[in-house]
Amino acid sequence: MAAVESLVVIGAGHAAGQLVACLAQDGFAGAITLVGDEPHPPYQRPPLSKKFLAGEMDADRLYLKPAAFYDKYGAKLLLGRRVTRIDRQARTAVLEDGSQLEYSALVIATGSRPRRLALPGAELDGVFYLRGIDDVMTIRGRFAAGKSLVVVGGGYIGLELAAVAVRQGLRVSVLEQAPRLMARGVGAIVSRFYERLHREEGVVLHTGAAVLGFEGRNAVEHVVCGNDRVVADIVVIGAGAVPNVELAQEAGLTVENGIVVNERCLTGDPAIYAIGDCTNQFHPLFDRRLRFESVHNALEQARMVAAAICGRALPAIQVPWFWSDQYDVKLQMAGLPDKHTESVVRGNPDHGRCFSVFYLADGALIAVEAVNRAADFMMSKVLIAERAHVDRAKLADERVAVKDSRLV
Amino acid sequence: MAKITFETADGKEQTLEIANGLSVMEGAVKGMVTGIDADCGGACSCATCMVYVSPEWSERLPPQSSDEKAMLEFSPHVAETSRLSCQIKVVDELDGLRVKVPASQH
Ligand SMILES: Cc1cc2nc3c(=O)[nH]c(=O)nc-3n(C[C@H](O)[C@H](O)[C@H](O)COP(=O)(O)OP(=O)(O)OC[C@H]3O[C@@H](n4cnc5c(N)ncnc54)[C@H](O)[C@@H]3O)c2cc1C
Ligand code: FES
Repeated sequence: MAAVESLVVIGAGHAAGQLVACLAQDGFAGAITLVGDEPHPPYQRPPLSKKFLAGEMDADRLYLKPAAFYDKYGAKLLLGRRVTRIDRQARTAVLEDGSQLEYSALVIATGSRPRRLALPGAELDGVFYLRGIDDVMTIRGRFAAGKSLVVVGGGYIGLELAAVAVRQGLRVSVLEQAPRLMARGVGAIVSRFYERLHREEGVVLHTGAAVLGFEGRNAVEHVVCGNDRVVADIVVIGAGAVPNVELAQEAGLTVENGIVVNERCLTGDPAIYAIGDCTNQFHPLFDRRLRFESVHNALEQARMVAAAICGRALPAIQVPWFWSDQYDVKLQMAGLPDKHTESVVRGNPDHGRCFSVFYLADGALIAVEAVNRAADFMMSKVLIAERAHVDRAKLADERVAVKDSRLV
Repeated sequence: MAKITFETADGKEQTLEIANGLSVMEGAVKGMVTGIDADCGGACSCATCMVYVSPEWSERLPPQSSDEKAMLEFSPHVAETSRLSCQIKVVDELDGLRVKVPASQH
């Protein structure tokens, strides 16, 4: 493959930032331009609903690299600018103002955006979504003890936000449409635990809630939920995310729940890669195509593209993993549980704040959800990668280390 | 502020001045130290910021939390002297600290 002379990256988020860091490490000699529509250089989002929201961390510490780093490596950052079109024939990315960036390789790293709810009153002042630094600054600016916060959607972002807010003395309600919390991300046992946790901490939870709209004169005052009206000074909607695939779609690339890419993150066009939340890729461990919204996936795919561009061997595929911090509880998950045939619990989910759930398919460990049990998480990651068969009784026994449940 | 020296697997040394309040990991990542991946950004969830601390420094560092201990115990390439660099906050007293970075965090 010919050396890449000019690399253009659309999006300047977590995946894009990691890609530049990898290329710098690899001594990539071509020109790099990052175009990002946020005014910030690449930053990490996880603290946005955790320590940064709580005011325990300043914005500086969110940035993946200091600004000087990009200068030093000759990577140009075009921030606050948007790519509106990809011209595959001319090999250019076209910006809002009509200016064009020529590329010999293009990386689409456009991430995902919050799913908007088309409900009456959703445009009222006081109704927010949480995706970027600027969203947090606005939401945090409205926080004050005694105010009422209604979180629409009981996914992990909404629940992390609820945890921070209730600790700051706000009155917090969470309205979740599904019958249980975090239903898309975790199993029923973990959902039930988080219901107990948030209730113990003073959050009011409604599952199976039908949010119909928002009411207020100048700003939001109520959330209409079924036949009820829930008082709200602040509303944050956390109803999942949709991948930013429109550019790729309009350029004629294949999009099926994300931009379809191969094992090196290449799209159907040999000059265009895609990485991060916006992609859909075959995963050898699970034998199917998947789209992830996780830091781990963004980093792993950035490393794949850096390797592909620099002509290095692809890094080994890792077991996908994710975490969420709420109060003093650390949830760590690895693998994917959806195809499990049985589950094993270690510890007591109904008491205290420390247990794990293991998921098995035909005797092999395929996923884990560890609540304040980092060791279980770490050992399970290894076993899942090996597709190891495990002894259920040992897995359930807290006196036996998870690694010793492996059957030989 | 503390001057901290990172010795990477290729035998190179890099000394960085890191501001108080940052973690050793944050200083290393901003200073482009090779081999500290820090995938979770300091949330004590990934164990890819592991370093080896010389024995004379080990005792002078704040003790490990139970989370850090658990993460380390099963991370690849772990040794007696391993620490997660994101869990070490920089203070003046760390001036002169030396750590070794493993060849790989995976
Ligand atoms: C509040 C919050 C908490 C999270 N917590 C966790 C967690 O605990 N653990 C975890 O693993 N993951 C977490 N995530 C998910 C994680 O942050 C994402 O998976 C990750 O950011 C994906 O990286 P990315 O580069 O694909 O997308 P992003 O980081 O979103 O970057 C994409 C960038 O591209 C820009 N862009 C889009 N279109 C264009 C265009 N046409 N022109 C120019 N720029 C464009 C976007 O504005 C954005 O800045 C969290 C996410 C959020 C929002
Ligand atoms: S950065 Fe993830 S554990 Fe230290």
